[in-house]
Amino acid sequence: MGFFRNIFGPGSKPDAAPAELPRLTRRSTGFHQFVRVILRPDGQTVLDLGPTSAANITYLTGLGHRTYNEDILAAANSGRFALPGAEPDGPRFDVERFLAEDLQYAPETFDAVIMWDVCDYLPEEMVKPTVERIYRIAKPEAALLAFFHSREAGADAPHYRYHIKDENTLELQTGAPFPLQRTFQNRHIEKLFQNFTAIKFFLGKENISEVLLVR
Amino acid sequence: MEQYRADVAHIGKSVIIKGELSGSEDLYLDGEVEGNIDLVSHSLVIGPNGRVRANVKAKDVLIHGKVDGNVVGLEKVELKKSAVLNGDIFTQRIVIEDGAFFKGSIDIRKTEPKPAQAHGAPAAPASPVAPSLPLGGAAEKK
Repeated sequence: MGFFRNIFGPGSKPDAAPAELPRLTRRSTGFHQFVRVILRPDGQTVLDLGPTSAANITYLTGLGHRTYNEDILAAANSGRFALPGAEPDGPRFDVERFLAEDLQYAPETFDAVIMWDVCDYLPEEMVKPTVERIYRIAKPEAALLAFFHSREAGADAPHYRYHIKDENTLELQTGAPFPLQRTFQNRHIEKLFQNFTAIKFFLGKENISEVLLVR
Repeated sequence: MEQYRADVAHIGKSVIIKGELSGSEDLYLDGEVEGNIDLVSHSLVIGPNGRVRANVKAKDVLIHGKVDGNVVGLEKVELKKSAVLNGDIFTQRIVIEDGAFFKGSIDIRKTEPKPAQAHGAPAAPASPVAPSLPLGGAAEKK
């Protein structure tokens, strides 16, 4: 549990008075590498899958890019897609409807996608279809940045919103109280993104792996 | 929240408008509008009770309420913390308060954009990216 438990304590709720909590600062090699990929003179189309962040919009539009924002964790956890009367071992979510209402873009729309740690907090049955949809809407050679908790992060690792501070640094702000659904091992990540042509792992701080992928 | 100003046209929260809404003065909208809103050289404030299902175009657009549609702010678009916007934003400058919900694209431009289709259309192709924009716009966190 380490870092997060030290900050918030074992009994604290991640959504407790987020405005009063200071933002944590984290250097991010993965993000730095991602920025190097998207630093091109022509305007890129970038999809940010985290909650709306003025800092991220400022940074990405400042690079001359067109920015799309879609908070898919909020959508997935909105209750709109929960199947009533779901069996304990059966499907709990209407994934088809989720993908009919969210991530609705033409194929090969995006030059880059920032997933943050969405995969760790998405309901299990939404993970693979979501990654497949992202593959479809990303252009060939598009860059994708994703973060994954390691097992050491602990089951109650709080969900964070990520704000871009600069090309090396992210700020973390306590987000909605979504529970960590799972942790991926590297081979699981490779399998999940097996259609992508390249994958590079960066060992991040605070039990986070940063992964840069190329579509 | 903005103070009520007597010199600004006001549409109250019980008013529902379907169709084209245009004008040549600033407008405070706290009701419902379905259609289009065009106040090219004036300011539009969508109040906390405002519910807009329309493409919106004004010099400045300040949103407290809910908008489903594209928003063109020729100079500035501002989303307050209670704002919910499903649509694309075209503007020179954007201000977003922490807590605002936004689903769509943001295109910071120096010149007036061409109209675009609503974001929610299924598998609608994204509007083309403006070529090599030396963008001077900025988003601000409040």
